[in-house]
Amino acid sequence: MRRVSSVVASIGLLCVASAALLSCNKNPEPPSPQPQTYAPISAGAHAVPPAAAAPAEDGNWTMPGKNYASTRFSGLNQVTPANVRNLALSFTFSTATTKGFEAPPLVVNGTMYIITPFPNILYALDLTRPGAPAKWTFKPNPAAASQGVACCDVVNRGAVYDDGKIFFNTLDGQTFAVDANSGQKVWSTQLGDIQKGETITMAPLVAEGKVLVGNSGGEMGVRGWVAALDEGSGKLVWKAYSTGPDMDVLIGPDFHPFYSMDRGADLGVKSWPPDAWKIGGGNVWGWISYDPELHMIYHGTGNPGPWNPDQRPGENKWTTGVFARDVDTGKARWFYQASPHDLFDHDNVNELILADIPWGNGRRPVLLHPGRNGYFYVFDRRTGQVLSATPYGYINSSKGVDLRTGRLVPAEDKMPKAGRVTRDICPASPGAKDWNPSAFSPVTGLVYIPHINLCQDEGNMEANYISGTPYLGADVKMYAGPGGNRGVFTAWDPVNRRKVWEIKEDLPLWSPALATAGGLVFYGTMDGWFKAIDARTGKLLWQFKAGSGIIGQPISYRGPDGRQYIAVVAGVGGWAGAIVVADMDRRDPTGALGFANAVKDLPMKTTAGGMLYVFTLPR
Amino acid sequence: MSSRFRASLLVLGAGALALAACDREEHHSRAKPIGETVPAGMSPSTIFPGSSSQPPLDPRAELYDTNANAISRGQQLYNWMNCVGCHSHGGGGMGPALMDDQWRYGSRIDQVAATIAEGRPNGMPAWRGKLTEAQIWDLAAYVSSLSGLPSKDAVSSRAESMSAGTPQTLTPHPDTTNSDAAKQ
Repeated sequence: MRRVSSVVASIGLLCVASAALLSCNKNPEPPSPQPQTYAPISAGAHAVPPAAAAPAEDGNWTMPGKNYASTRFSGLNQVTPANVRNLALSFTFSTATTKGFEAPPLVVNGTMYIITPFPNILYALDLTRPGAPAKWTFKPNPAAASQGVACCDVVNRGAVYDDGKIFFNTLDGQTFAVDANSGQKVWSTQLGDIQKGETITMAPLVAEGKVLVGNSGGEMGVRGWVAALDEGSGKLVWKAYSTGPDMDVLIGPDFHPFYSMDRGADLGVKSWPPDAWKIGGGNVWGWISYDPELHMIYHGTGNPGPWNPDQRPGENKWTTGVFARDVDTGKARWFYQASPHDLFDHDNVNELILADIPWGNGRRPVLLHPGRNGYFYVFDRRTGQVLSATPYGYINSSKGVDLRTGRLVPAEDKMPKAGRVTRDICPASPGAKDWNPSAFSPVTGLVYIPHINLCQDEGNMEANYISGTPYLGADVKMYAGPGGNRGVFTAWDPVNRRKVWEIKEDLPLWSPALATAGGLVFYGTMDGWFKAIDARTGKLLWQFKAGSGIIGQPISYRGPDGRQYIAVVAGVGGWAGAIVVADMDRRDPTGALGFANAVKDLPMKTTAGGMLYVFTLPR
Repeated sequence: MSSRFRASLLVLGAGALALAACDREEHHSRAKPIGETVPAGMSPSTIFPGSSSQPPLDPRAELYDTNANAISRGQQLYNWMNCVGCHSHGGGGMGPALMDDQWRYGSRIDQVAATIAEGRPNGMPAWRGKLTEAQIWDLAAYVSSLSGLPSKDAVSSRAESMSAGTPQTLTPHPDTTNSDAAKQ
């Protein structure tokens, strides 16, 4: 009874708040999508991040994932559902770039750092002075030709701060360490070779004195790897490949995959046609998480090459899976393959969020992983066991995950075959969700997933391997999935494995999410709306129209004046926005590997241009 | 539809056919031998200080430009050599669009051939020595045809392999920029 009345009261409050909103908001609002609520949030125990990987809020934002647990959750709470309507622009900064801006700003003790897409300029802004003027600019001058071998726009997914230095990667395959105060280079290490089509777009992670970096190039027949560089010197400590002999993959006696499908000697060679592993992909271009207690890093591996699956019979280890590795040695501890013999370019590089979830009488250490193939995986992060794999988007390309064997069950009728076009494959190649990471709020226990709803037609043909050129063998055309909305923002309860609410977005959602202790979540749309959502109800509370589409990671920090700020860089692009930034011709449905067809309207809805926007509440 | 109208349509059709037939390729099976070089020095620029005009068109251009045989061979090479991976079927992606009317390095077929042979600094690979000169000219013929410049009679009515796209003969020209293109 008491519960009912409190519900009634909160509904009343909500009405008051929305009435206030209506009367106060001066921005013209387009018809805003209303959330669809599925089930109430459980009042019981919910998922929380492990304290060792998610320390208390310090007001900074030093790495893209916010912490080793990759929660993208800010502990700041000045901005709340009650006052967010007053959120106002504080300052802006032009990045002088026109390519897709996926990186978050970093904030370290009164300085903001911004890494741009190619040419990978690093800016330091002084937050202690009015208007946040630049302190210094660092230009690494990456090779211009690297633009021609980057599959999906020339993006960079972020820098990381540690111990007085900023670390970031350049498109032409270098890792840089720059002094955070002076802007002077400390070291740089060449890791990738653009002659082979190898680039680096991912954000490094720094853990236990090592800078962890992985390569891109899964569309160019580049063999994937993750490497550890010494934080002080930039020297290579270890390098683990995603294909090839166990020695190269750093598989040894400590390797204990949970499922029998991932056990056996030299599977990285034997699960491929002769020598195909040398050009087999499995690139580590996504996110790395770290568990300081288990001393293990977790990273995904990308799609096998070429896309045409007929050319690589076998399970194509160790592509499209998750590795747990010892941070000091790189030695593999466990592996799980989400899509053995991947058929659809379903890279498995999406974020791996560390959480401890209620289990029996206690808690179980898990990884939360909204996979590209459409399943929300919960792994035991000690063993790699799949505790659950639940669809969070529309799937017809597979029939589920067999929890006994760990295997994805493919749908026969959606298997691409040589000599025909396979139609209506869902999800499309960018998956039910691509690179843009979710946020996980320990306040609500929910994972906020920005994702997409696309299907595709695919025709396959023989691909020739020519180093430094694409290695695909697939002709793809994408379009909106069931319902017609191309984007979805889903609040997911990882304990009860269900949607709590969702917001349908017209355009594909390509921006990461931010959750805050004030009870809000933020994300941006490809036509430039930056939105604040009530974390509990999914109600749109505030929005701001930026100058270009938003695919960048929003962050929150405490300014030198003690106030909470929200920051995001707009700048449309990426695979989804290539049609705008690469000035593509919309008459070809196969443009940008088939993504162009799904976003033919985007050039009419936004234009290119990188710009930082920073918001705060008025004094 | 009135019969007179129908008749005039027929005449129109026949006329178009006749016209197209005149335009169709000549197969130079006994052409005089040509120097086996791509015009390496052909500049992608259109400004030539101190002189008033561009250098003359390479004489081989007429053997390849709008030539159905060359376009067809070029289309096959375009797929085989992975051009399609970057430029798609003309719409672009990793590389710029080829079916539009923007030419960074010149729209003349000898300029296109030079771009293929020499590469360009923002990521276009250099194919000189990897393809024969004739193959490079064939590719240039196909690339030039993507822009819709030649008669539709010269281009292929079907894709060279399994394709989710539309044949080149059905490509709408020109690109529509109004909002109806937004419809899925």
